[in-house]
Amino acid sequence: MDLSRLEINRRTALLTSAAIAANVINPMRAFAQETPRKGGVFNVHYGAEQRQLNPSIQASTGVYIIGGKIQENLVDLDANGQPVGVLAESWEATPDGKTVTFKLRKGVTWHDGKPFTSDDVAFTAMNMWKKILNYGSTLQLFLTSVDTPDPQTAIFRYERPMPLNLLLRALPDLGYISAKHLYESGDIRQNPTNLAPVGTGPFKFVKYERGQYIIADRNPDYWRPNAPYLDRIVWKVITDRAAAAAQMEAGELHYSPFSGLTISDMARLGKDKRFIVQTKGNEGNARTNTIEFNFRRKELSDIRVRRAIAHAINVPFFIENFLGDFAKLGTGPIPSTSTDFYPGPNTPQYPYDKAKAIALLDEAGFKASGGNRFSLKLLPAPWGEDISLWSTFIQQSLGEVGIQVDIVRNDGGGFLKQVYDDHAFDLATGWHQYRNDPAVSTTVWYRSGQPKGAPWTNQWGWEDKTVDKTIDDAATEVDPVKRKALYADFVKEVNTELPVWMPIEQIFVTVITAKARNHSNTPRWGSASWHDLWLSA
Amino acid sequence: MRILSLAGRRLAASIPTLFLILIGVFLLLQLAPGDTVDALMAQMGGGDAATAQQLRKFYGLDLSVPAQLGSYLWHLVRLDLGFSSIYGKPVATVILERLPPTILLMTASLSFAFFFGLVFGVIAARGVNRWPDTLISTLGLVFYATPSFWFGLMAIVVFSVYLQWLPPGGFEDIGTVQRGIWHVLDIAAHLVLPTLTLGLIFLAIYLRIMRASMLEVLNLDFVRTARAKGLDETHVITRHVLRNALLPMVTLIGLQAGTMLGGSVVVESVFSLPGLGRLAYESVVQRDLNTLLGIVFVSALLVIVVNFVVDLLYARLDPRIAAEG
Repeated sequence: MDLSRLEINRRTALLTSAAIAANVINPMRAFAQETPRKGGVFNVHYGAEQRQLNPSIQASTGVYIIGGKIQENLVDLDANGQPVGVLAESWEATPDGKTVTFKLRKGVTWHDGKPFTSDDVAFTAMNMWKKILNYGSTLQLFLTSVDTPDPQTAIFRYERPMPLNLLLRALPDLGYISAKHLYESGDIRQNPTNLAPVGTGPFKFVKYERGQYIIADRNPDYWRPNAPYLDRIVWKVITDRAAAAAQMEAGELHYSPFSGLTISDMARLGKDKRFIVQTKGNEGNARTNTIEFNFRRKELSDIRVRRAIAHAINVPFFIENFLGDFAKLGTGPIPSTSTDFYPGPNTPQYPYDKAKAIALLDEAGFKASGGNRFSLKLLPAPWGEDISLWSTFIQQSLGEVGIQVDIVRNDGGGFLKQVYDDHAFDLATGWHQYRNDPAVSTTVWYRSGQPKGAPWTNQWGWEDKTVDKTIDDAATEVDPVKRKALYADFVKEVNTELPVWMPIEQIFVTVITAKARNHSNTPRWGSASWHDLWLSA
Repeated sequence: MRILSLAGRRLAASIPTLFLILIGVFLLLQLAPGDTVDALMAQMGGGDAATAQQLRKFYGLDLSVPAQLGSYLWHLVRLDLGFSSIYGKPVATVILERLPPTILLMTASLSFAFFFGLVFGVIAARGVNRWPDTLISTLGLVFYATPSFWFGLMAIVVFSVYLQWLPPGGFEDIGTVQRGIWHVLDIAAHLVLPTLTLGLIFLAIYLRIMRASMLEVLNLDFVRTARAKGLDETHVITRHVLRNALLPMVTLIGLQAGTMLGGSVVVESVFSLPGLGRLAYESVVQRDLNTLLGIVFVSALLVIVVNFVVDLLYARLDPRIAAEG
C-alpha cells in the first residue's frame, strides 16, 4: 500500500471516528482490566422473522443476526474495517484479477462433526452465492468455477477481472459457507437445514419456535481457543417496538440491534445508566435516505427542477429536530463511513436555498398559478419512522416553493411493486443500503439497463452513458487507487445529474445492556459471530 | 338428535357463505400491490430480477389469477389448505401451532369480560343513578375509550418494569423447562396481562348491556308479581330477572367471538404472543395468500361454532325459543 493512500485512509478514519464519537450518547468506559467471564445467557430482540436462517442464501441483517453466529464467512471486517480471515486464513489474486486463491483454516469441523473443506466452499459459491444469494448472484456473475486442488485450497476463477478489494469487502456479507453434505441433494431453498442451520460458528442451533424464540448454545468444539464465552443466545420475537423497549427495561432483553426501538425510546434509554445506546459497531451497515425522481414525469426530467427540489429542503434542520444524534448530513451515494471509497464532501452539493429553488423553478418555466406550480405523488417506503417523518418534511418543504406533494403510503411489498415495477410514482423515498463497496448494492441505483421490477435499482427512466462507463470501469478495475478515483468521479457525475439525491446519512443504532463486554468492536458487529462477547456479573 | 339436525342445517347454510368469503378475500388480496416475492425482496433488502423470477415460479405465482384461485378451491374441497410461503410448511400445521394461544386468550378474556360484566351490570342496575352506578358506568366508559395497545403497554410498564410481578411478554418462560402444574401456572402468569388488556374493553360493553337489560326486565310485570308474592330482592334478581336479562349478553358473545379474534392482533403484538392474530397480520404484510385464506377459513369455522353454541344456550335460557325453532 503506498503512503498517500494510507494518509487519506487515516484522515478519513479520524473524521469518521470523530463523527461516531459525537453519536455516542452513553460512552462505554474502559474495561481493560476485567477478566472475561464465562457463561450467561444473552437475550436478543428479534423484530422481524425471516423465512429462513441460512446467510449463504439470503443477505439481510435479519438473517445475519442469527445465522451469523451459527455459520461463518470466509472473511470478516476487523475493528478498522479491514478484511480479516475467518474460515479463510489467507488469500491472493493474480495480477490480471481473474483468479483468487483462498487458503482455508485447518481443523475446523461442522456442528455435526464432519470436517470443513474446500469442497464446502466450492459447493456454496457455485450453488448458493452464484445462483440464489441476493447481491451474491450479481457479485459472482462472472465466476466460472471454483477449483479445489486440496482440502485447504479454493481457487476462484473469473471470466472478467474481479478486484480483490471488492471481493474482500463484499465477502463479509456475501461469503457465508454452508455444509455441502447437508445441501447436495434436493432443492436448496426447501432444505430443512435452512430453518435449523448447521455451521462452524461459535454457537450451535438448538431450537426454533416460530413466532416466539430461537435458541443457540455454546459450541464446545469451536476452533478459536477459549471461545465463545456465552453459554446461550436466545432471540426473542417481539414485533411491537414499544413492547421491546419495555422488555429491555424489565431486563428480559440485553440487546436490540439495528435501530429496533422507536427513536424516542432509544433517546430515553440512552440516558439510563443500565444501557448503552450508540451507532458504533454498525458502520458497516450504513444507509442513506433518498429522494428518487421519476423521469417519466416531464417536470422531473428537467434537471433544474430536480436541483430546485434538492435546494428547497432544509436537511440540517430536519436532522437536528427529528433524527437528533442518530443521523448526519449526507453528501451522495457513498457515505462518509466508507473509509475506502468516500470521495469527501467536495462533490456537487445542494444546500438549503429557498430563493435559488424558486429561481430554478421559474427558469424551468413552471410558474406558480395560484401558489401551485404542479403536483407530485410521493411514495415513502415503510421501513422506518425516519422515512415517514422525512416524507412529511419533503411535502411541507416543497409546498413552500409551490410544488404540491401528495403522500401515498404502502406496505413493503406494495412499495417495491409500485416504485420499482409499476413505476407508479413521481417521487419516492426510502433507504439506500451501502454494503462496504459501491459495486455491491450502490451502483445499481444508477447503472442503466436494470431489469424492470428489480428493487433498489435504477428504475427512474434515466440513462447516462458516462455514468454507465464509470461504473463498469470501476467494477473491473484491479488497482485499488484507480478504483477509488473512479468512484469519486462516479459520485461527482451522479450528484451533478441527480437522478437520486441522498442527503442524509444514517447508521443503525444499537441498544445494549451496560453489562456486555467486547460488543460493537467491529463495523458489522450485529451480524458478526460474537465469539468474544461476554457478560459481566 | 334435534341438536344434530340443527347443527347439520347450520353448517349447510354456512358453506356457501364460507366460499364467498374465501373468494372475496382472495380477490381483495389481488388488488393489493405486490405479491409474496415483493414482500420477500423487501425483507431481504433486494435481489436481482432472475432471483425474483425463480422465486415466483417456486411459489406458484407464475400461474394466472383464475388458475391460482381454481387450484386453491380444488385443494380446499379436499380439505387441503395448501402450503405457506412464509413458513414453508402446510398451512394446517402452521395454524394448528398458533391456535392454542389465541383460543386460550379468547376464552380467558371472554369469560373475564362476561363474568365481571354481569356482576358489575347487576350492581349498577340495582343502584341505578346512585354512586355505584355512576362509578361503574364511568369506569366502563374509560375502559371502552382507551386503546388496547396503550392499556397493554401501561400494564407492562407498571406490572413488569416497576413492580416486576408479571412477565412482560411471551407465552412461556424460555429459560427454564417446566413440567405439569408449573408449566400451566407459568403460561397462566404470562396470560394475565394480555387477558386483562383484551378483556377490559369487552367488559365495558358487557356491563353496559347487562345494566340496560336488567333495568328493562326489572320493570316487567312478572317481576312485580314476584315481588308481590313476597320474594326477597335477591331471589327476584337471581331467579327471575337475571335469566331473562342474560339473553342479550349471550347474543353478544356470538357476535363478538369474531371481533375478539381480530382485536387480538394488537394484544398479541404488544405481548409477543404467538397467536392467530399476529399470524394473520404477518400473512397480509408478506402476501402469504394461502396462510391468510387458511386463517379466514378457521376463524369463520370458529365463529360458526360459537354461534351454534349460543343458539343452544338460547334454548336453555328461554324454552320458548326451542319450542319455535
